[in-house]
Amino acid sequence: MELEEFALGATWVHHLDPRIKIIVAVIFSVLVAVNDHLGASLLSLVLPVFLILAARLNLRAVLVRLAVVNAFLVFIWMFLPFTMGERTLYSLGPLSIHQEGLSQALLITVKSNSIVLMALALLSTSQIFTLVHALSHLGMPDKLVHLFFFCFRYIHVIHDEYHRLSNAMKMRGFRPRTNIHTYRSYAYLVGMLLIRSFDRSKRILNAMKCRGFKGRFYILHHYEMKRHDYALALSSAAFAAALLAIR
Amino acid sequence: MIHLKDICFRYGQNTVLHNLRLDVGPKDRIALVGSNGSGKTTLCHIIMGLLTPQSGEVHILGKKRVTEADFAEIRGKIGFLFQDSDDQLFCPTVIEDVAFGPLNLGQTPEQARRTVSETLSSLELSGFEERITYKLSGGEKRLVSLATVLAMQPQFLILDEPTLGLDEITSARLVEILLRSDLGYLIISHDRDFVTRTAEKVLYMKDGKIKVEKG
Repeated sequence: MELEEFALGATWVHHLDPRIKIIVAVIFSVLVAVNDHLGASLLSLVLPVFLILAARLNLRAVLVRLAVVNAFLVFIWMFLPFTMGERTLYSLGPLSIHQEGLSQALLITVKSNSIVLMALALLSTSQIFTLVHALSHLGMPDKLVHLFFFCFRYIHVIHDEYHRLSNAMKMRGFRPRTNIHTYRSYAYLVGMLLIRSFDRSKRILNAMKCRGFKGRFYILHHYEMKRHDYALALSSAAFAAALLAIR
Repeated sequence: MIHLKDICFRYGQNTVLHNLRLDVGPKDRIALVGSNGSGKTTLCHIIMGLLTPQSGEVHILGKKRVTEADFAEIRGKIGFLFQDSDDQLFCPTVIEDVAFGPLNLGQTPEQARRTVSETLSSLELSGFEERITYKLSGGEKRLVSLATVLAMQPQFLILDEPTLGLDEITSARLVEILLRSDLGYLIISHDRDFVTRTAEKVLYMKDGKIKVEKG
């Protein structure tokens, strides 16, 4: 399982100050989300696409991630054009496609993709630990930061544990079917994962205590803003102003 | 260094340690052996203050240790290596993980960086700083775990099954590291070969008590 594949590059996008990346990504997402002008939405794709190209991300992998988002949007396309609005474009027997519904569906699709692309361009190009540090620098409460961080760190371990258990089940001839035996076995699997994760969390806390942990994380890396960071901040501020002006 | 008096410990109805006594000097090199479930790990967790015995006294570094604060004081001085390295290594990169202990002890980030690079080079792990901890091999994980413990500059080591799952080469490397250091240690191990090469005294645990096997 590879969660940080985009963070491995070494372009200037990867080296941006994570604090500025988070701030820009958040403000950009809010602006795009509240905007309901189709032209402005289309324009909002420009900045994330530019950043993704600059970060030289593997475009095929980016499309795979986008496909996940757009799979949800399919449902919107299945319902909105038929149910929303007055002006009829086409009639298909009892169903009719409406102008307003169609443009709403298009707007939602463009907005979602734009926000996801921005997150890919800015957030996924930093290592999680860097982002976590940046969040705590930005004043996010310690508890949330720790929660986020440990989720990430132990997803791998729990994922491995899941594979071990499910392989052990397969070795003993288990094949999932639609019956009570299957449901019960999966329930055991999930229950065992929960218990093991709980035990592990206790062991980790013990190990941390043995190394002098008293409830506070100290930070090894400190950040400083460089030229690229100011450039990103300024250009995204200008971009945001342009988006607002079009509305 | 470590003195345990009449320690009793039960998990529910199951008595694990029964009036156990143990005296360990600062330069002792001891192996603790015994069958599965004989309470070896429990004993070590009691020494570190992770478990509280139902009765008995724990004296460490010349002081009786009762409260969490008492034990917090000794945890940097007695280094404890856990059985499972995935429990011990929780930071994404090696440098962050090794620096975790020194930072907790109040070192500045600059001092901590120096400590990390000294510790890693003493274990011939230089260049591992930016490696991702969960992508290390089993043997590398164990050695990096040891680095996280040694970075706190402990006076004594407790190692819980240090050779579990290690190949011969890494085991041999571990033996060499232990013999070269001037620290005393207490090792829990089932690995006969490892025990004979590293320990000067073997303690045998049975029925919740400790018996000396050879001295």
